Formats: sequence, C-alpha cells, structure tokens
Amino acid sequence: MTPAFEDLTVGDALPPLTVHLSRAQLVRYAGASGDFNPIHWNPRVAREVGLPDVIAHGMLTMACAGRIVTDWTGNPGLVSGLETRFTRPVVVADDDAGAELELTAVVGALDQAARTARIDITAKFAGQTVLGKARAVVTLP
Amino acid sequence: MALDPSFVGRAYPLGEPYAVGIEKIREFATAIGDDNPMYHDRAAARAAGHPDVVAPPTFAVAVIAAAQDVVLFDPALGLDFSRVVHGDQRFVHHRPIHAGDELSRTIVVDAVRVLAGNDVLTLRTEVVDADECPVCTTYSTLVVRRSG
Repeated sequence: MTPAFEDLTVGDALPPLTVHLSRAQLVRYAGASGDFNPIHWNPRVAREVGLPDVIAHGMLTMACAGRIVTDWTGNPGLVSGLETRFTRPVVVADDDAGAELELTAVVGALDQAARTARIDITAKFAGQTVLGKARAVVTLP
Repeated sequence: MALDPSFVGRAYPLGEPYAVGIEKIREFATAIGDDNPMYHDRAAARAAGHPDVVAPPTFAVAVIAAAQDVVLFDPALGLDFSRVVHGDQRFVHHRPIHAGDELSRTIVVDAVRVLAGNDVLTLRTEVVDADECPVCTTYSTLVVRRSG
C-alpha cells in the first residue's frame, strides 16, 4: 500500500531492512550490471590493490538503499531520484554468512507544492556507515 | 598524469539504442535480491499503470555501462582504469524505465577536477526514449587515485 503524502511527517521512519550479500550474489550482480571489475570477485586482485578482501559493488549497496524505499512505496516508479556517496567498502567474506547490510531510512523533507518526500537513508556494515548523503526523492499520490 | 581539462563539455553520442528487455530487468532485480512484483510480473506492473515491468531505480547503470566505457577507455583521455574508484552516483528519473523501451544515450564529461591530489572526473549521461523524451539523467563521479 503506497503511503499518502498527507500522512507523512518529517522524521517518520520507514520499515528497516537487513540484506545479506554473499560472494555468489556479487558474481550475479557483475553479470546483471556489466561491472566485471575483479575487485568484486577475485580476492587476489582485491588484495593486490590494498583491500582486505573482495568488496561489494558500490552500485549493489546503492540498489539496497533504493530497495528500502521501493519496499515502502510498493511502486518503484514513484522514485524520481536516488543519490549517494560511496564512503566505505563492504567487505564480503568467503563464508556462508557473507556481509550483513543494515538499512534504515527516515522522511528528511517534504515539498508540499511538488508532493515529493526526500528520504534520507543510512546503510551500515559492521557498525559503520558505508554510504554518505544517501537520499531518494519520492513523488506520492 | 593529470587528466586533460579540455575534455570538459565533450559529448560522446552512442549510435545503437539500448533495448530494455523484460528478462534483463528480471535478472537485474534478482541480482539485487529484490522480489518486488512490479520488476517480475507484467500483470502487477500493469495494475499500477505501467506499460510493462518497471526497472529498479539503479537499473540505468546497466543501460549506461557501455556508454561510460567509451569514455573511460578513450586513449586520448589517458585514464588508468585500475586506479578508478566510484566516488558518488546520482540518478534523476524523468519517468520510470520499462521493458520495451529503446533508450539512446549521450555521455558528457561534466567536470575534471583535482581533489587532494586525485583526479576527479564527473560524467553525465542523458537517456532519452525513441520519441526523444527524457527518461533519465545520471551523474557519476569517478576518482582516479594518485599512484605511488
């Protein structure tokens, strides 16, 4: 059920979302997105460039940030903007657990004239934020 | 080696449009672990007023990937790709992307800067549909880490 603009207040929290990212999912995302940078699937190359291990694609983390918003709107077509800075890598260990990404989001601002809500998103891995100024703009009925 | 600032404003049009397929949208949605019915099920998407399944908000990255590669691997620009990290990303959706869209892309070098000794490149991609109506504008900031 899509939320109604009139029912929103700045500071309202969206339902939280926890996502597990596995090595297999990074390979799947590489194929789907066309980003085959080996730091996302080859531990040898990742270590050669100074990373502790394979890291998730920033765009996959961003997709999860988009998902907390689209899970809430139901209709992904209502998302008219999505932006973020990539501030820390999400290291994906070679085990069954993978990396746990914790997503939270709040209504950051409301534009009465445009009937848009700015959603401010926080993504945490191992207790630290991995995205900076992650924001979506949603146009609501 | 610093990037050549004369590249700012340079546009790289791509000839062949990108044809958005329903299976590509389903594959991308599955890859991001998202089972939203509007990414997978035509009937669910149509019930919400879409002409076909709708693409996730970050799907445009798959549409622009080849376009960006044209710039990143332009030998005249002289980018060391092994030192490139993604600094930030922004999508402005003028309308959702749907299966069946034929999307044309123009990529523009918006800015070339030096920040803390690193070259920083901002690429903008304008995505339009077969009627030349704007669909999406993307901004990608890429940081070329200083060597040594």
